Amino acid sequence: MSGSHAVSRPKHQRVLPGFAISLGVSLLFISLILLLPATGLVMQTKGMSLSEYWYVISDPRLVASYKVTVGSAFAASLFNGVFGLLLAWILVRYQFPGKRILDALVDLPFALPTAVAGITLATLYSSTGWLGNLLESIGIKVAYTPLGIIVAMAFTSIPFVVRTVQPVLEEISQEEEEAGMTLGASDWAVFWRVIMPSLRPALLVGVALSFTRSLGEFGAVIFIAGNMPYVSEITSLMIFVRLQEFDFPAASAIASVVLLTSLSLLLIINLWQGAYLRRIHGK
Amino acid sequence: MSTPSRVGEQPLVKWSLISIALFFVTILLIIPLLSIFQQAFASGLATYFDNLSEPDTLHAIGLTLIVALLTVPVNLVFGVMLAWAVTRFEFIGRKFLITLIDIPFAVSPVVAGLLYLLLYGSNGWIGEWLYEHDLQVMFAWPGIVLVTVFVTCPFVARELIPLMQQQGRSDEEAAVILGASWWQLFRRVTLPNIKWALIYGVILTNARAVGEFGAVAVVSGNIRGETNTLPLHVQLLYEDYQSEAAFASASLLAFIALLTLILKAFVEWRQERNHINEQDQQGEL
Repeated sequence: MSGSHAVSRPKHQRVLPGFAISLGVSLLFISLILLLPATGLVMQTKGMSLSEYWYVISDPRLVASYKVTVGSAFAASLFNGVFGLLLAWILVRYQFPGKRILDALVDLPFALPTAVAGITLATLYSSTGWLGNLLESIGIKVAYTPLGIIVAMAFTSIPFVVRTVQPVLEEISQEEEEAGMTLGASDWAVFWRVIMPSLRPALLVGVALSFTRSLGEFGAVIFIAGNMPYVSEITSLMIFVRLQEFDFPAASAIASVVLLTSLSLLLIINLWQGAYLRRIHGK
Repeated sequence: MSTPSRVGEQPLVKWSLISIALFFVTILLIIPLLSIFQQAFASGLATYFDNLSEPDTLHAIGLTLIVALLTVPVNLVFGVMLAWAVTRFEFIGRKFLITLIDIPFAVSPVVAGLLYLLLYGSNGWIGEWLYEHDLQVMFAWPGIVLVTVFVTCPFVARELIPLMQQQGRSDEEAAVILGASWWQLFRRVTLPNIKWALIYGVILTNARAVGEFGAVAVVSGNIRGETNTLPLHVQLLYEDYQSEAAFASASLLAFIALLTLILKAFVEWRQERNHINEQDQQGEL
């Protein structure tokens, strides 16, 4: 977007073909696939009075599921904040055998269908599974407890932090870091004072993405969770339960809560990402 | 030995960090991956193939392939169109459009399925019309395809937009001024530049289309041998305590996932090489 172009070509005059058709097709597709389905939800919830709506979404069993879902998603994304940073760090900074394979393997949770991840984790962490057996001998039960939910959520969202931190870590300038080191500051001090401040925005976005994904995760969680009411039931499952009872208004009311939460998170993450990208590129 | 000039270069720090990371990678990624195949082949190859050749399993495999075959081209065309519109032209609401496309990533798959069920199901406003005309979308394959298109629509566009933005439009403008038709423009100028990103987007779309569970679970109706896709079939077998058969089907999906990772690594390697070649060429100029 150089200046000379802008001067020689008035804004309304387009050189490239296909503006009308590409925008037209995109808008049609977005309207039909993304926006139209929301009308069904609006119509279904519109039929409910405010008190009915409140009654459904404040049901104690459902409130317990909010706590389980948000709490587990928080723990899982916190874990991924630390583990993802560590993974990004060793992938960017060090050379070691198998590095390329490890780099490819990081995306496994995105490539592996969630149902497959679900039954695999449930089997591994059950009391007869490889890992469950080992952990139970030291008194930790994972499968069919909230801890299992955290494991499943952590698994499915590992790539988010790694993939947002990795490119930023690659671009950090050596000079400041070297200056700190030659001045005799410890590794730890240079890491916290020089590297961490440039890394923090990307790390936060990665953790937020991981959190959003964990809130909505279904396939990987339901097999290992045990789905006990008030203890290990996630909100997505509650929608599913209401649907199987053919209680469409209740399912829609719960879905509207989940949908509004995730859309607000998406908006916040986008604004945030925009803000720090502008700061980095000075635009 | 000279003092290291960058953080974390001392061998002790370096190897401790690598060991800790690899320990967690082994527990969280490698052991689960291996255990899928271990469970699938627990009673030997013969049982494995017996499990896979069950009629219901074969049907699930077929349905899953059909869903992917219908979904991928639709989202390929949409992704290219959207990327072209938002990277080659300036218009009001351009940024908003780019944000909209992320919706499927943020929405829980179960909620996505529910949205479609409410619209096309028997008490939705389109569903009523469909019912009167004896067309079934929900609890049938068209519904499965629709939700799969929904959950996978960002992948191609997401890969293309940053790349096309970075490449700019000057090559294409030059081609148009030299008299290229739109097809020549796309075929000779745009496509070679975006080829690898496009392939990458298709790989990701396909992986998700084959593996979608939550959204499909809501709209499929789980009719065994009719509307069960492979991931739903895995669930059904697992909950039926046919664990080995479940893992046999799961292993197919895991194969596809591994293939996806390998293709992805290959595409990235090609992109990197193209990038280096370009830099070399620029250096020579």
